Amino acid sequence: MTDVASPNTTTVDLATSSVRSLNTALHAATSGSFVVTNPQGAHAVAAGINAPLDVRVDGSVGYYCAGMHQHGTVTVDGNASTGLAENMMSGTVRITGNATMSAGATGVGGLLVVQGNAGARCGISMKGIDIVVGGDIGHMSAFMAQAGRLVVLGDAADDLGDSIYEAEVYVRGAVASLGSDCEEKPMEAEHVAAVAELLAAAGLDAEPASFRRYGSARRLYSFHVDDIDAEIAARETDR
Amino acid sequence: MCGIVGLFCKTETYRAELGRLTATMLHEMRERGPDSAGFAVYGAGTTGRTRLTVLAEGQEPDWAPTAAALEAALGAGVDVRPTRDHAVFETDGDGRVARQWLIDNVAGVDVLSYGEHIELYKSVGDPDLVAERYELSSRTGTHAIAHTRMATESAVTTNGSHPFVTGADTCLVHNGSLSNHNRLRTVLHGHGETFQTENDSEVAAGYLSWRLREGDSLDAALHQALVDLDGFYTFAIGTADGFAILRDPIACKPAVVAETDDWVAMSSEYRAIAKLPGVADAEIFEPEPARVYTWTLAA
Repeated sequence: MTDVASPNTTTVDLATSSVRSLNTALHAATSGSFVVTNPQGAHAVAAGINAPLDVRVDGSVGYYCAGMHQHGTVTVDGNASTGLAENMMSGTVRITGNATMSAGATGVGGLLVVQGNAGARCGISMKGIDIVVGGDIGHMSAFMAQAGRLVVLGDAADDLGDSIYEAEVYVRGAVASLGSDCEEKPMEAEHVAAVAELLAAAGLDAEPASFRRYGSARRLYSFHVDDIDAEIAARETDR
Repeated sequence: MCGIVGLFCKTETYRAELGRLTATMLHEMRERGPDSAGFAVYGAGTTGRTRLTVLAEGQEPDWAPTAAALEAALGAGVDVRPTRDHAVFETDGDGRVARQWLIDNVAGVDVLSYGEHIELYKSVGDPDLVAERYELSSRTGTHAIAHTRMATESAVTTNGSHPFVTGADTCLVHNGSLSNHNRLRTVLHGHGETFQTENDSEVAAGYLSWRLREGDSLDAALHQALVDLDGFYTFAIGTADGFAILRDPIACKPAVVAETDDWVAMSSEYRAIAKLPGVADAEIFEPEPARVYTWTLAA
């Protein structure tokens, strides 16, 4: 590792350093900037960051890039493979190109920006993360999404929001089909404001009012019980 | 898991380096499939001249008597090029007769492939060692597909390794697992297909063999496969003049394609493509589920 122009910037060349040594350095740091070169599709690049670091990756990454991310900012100038920012907790992750399957899976918080397209199952089981996709998303996106917001400037493929819970999905383009128990909902002023805020945060330009909102119809069995503890108590009493 | 790679040279530029580039790609897929590996290389070939790749597993027999007997049976000359326990027989005689003769008359030998262009090598063991043992790096040609296997549905054997031949100059590699392969194997038995293993991917190959023999185009056969095959799959299919890709409708099994003016490459993961020459300017995309992709040589 060598210090370049800025004394606080560390450059790690993955052509000569291992991903493990990179991630060890990122886990040890409490602040500062890092530049990662020659990722060449390596897995788990910049996974597990837990400090306000600024990391720029110059090239395309493999699986689980910026997984479990907290507090920092990771920007990938390239594409990302399966499980981008999976289980992200906070901070920002940005991909300038496309992401493949399961981008933002199970994410709890923070902002994930995919400037290009995202593949199948984008935001699967998301739990509070905000995801903004500049292009299209693949099939079964927001599957079982529990909380958080997914904003898509392009189109959505089949079965959007299947078995969705309380997450909010906003799509500007065409939706090929909605999954089970997902329905279109009215776009109120608060939702336009939410989209505007997320677009601004993502640095993407689109008319917020041009998006349509999708969410849970709450018709699946899991929505028939509002208070499971009360329900169980009532059943016990009935015996 | 399992790893797939395919490289198709659209122009002359990298054909002399096809094997070396394919070996580089295969190396990156070792972790996805450390059990065994295999590759099919397609060369220019000669019209009317059949190449048959045969395997005498673990042996390095003197092939001369076999070649002489095959010459007599065909009434045509036969050349042999051995590589370890594999050998490529070449003849201007009737290729189908030659294939059947080898199957019927040479004990302990499997015919891995036949056609005017294809040669096919596979073995258990570390993919890099398999590539080295069968001299992948020095091989030339127009296109190649290769596979690294992590067995889930059947034993780790050479016969269970990929690619599987599906007809003249056609073979298949598979990442995934089929859930209806036992039933489908029974159905295909009824259509005259024979199987050497309990492997699910061999059933997919047998399925395509059957459809192609029935007169389907490869495109039609793959569209019908979407109906008849149940399970997870990304397939790469090598053909005489190119290759095809198909992913199941759920598309859990990964695939990425990159294309430049000189080549088309596909793999399970981008890292297999990352070191190809000119990749920085490649158009890179993820094949869509349930869509048949084909690339063929310009006439």
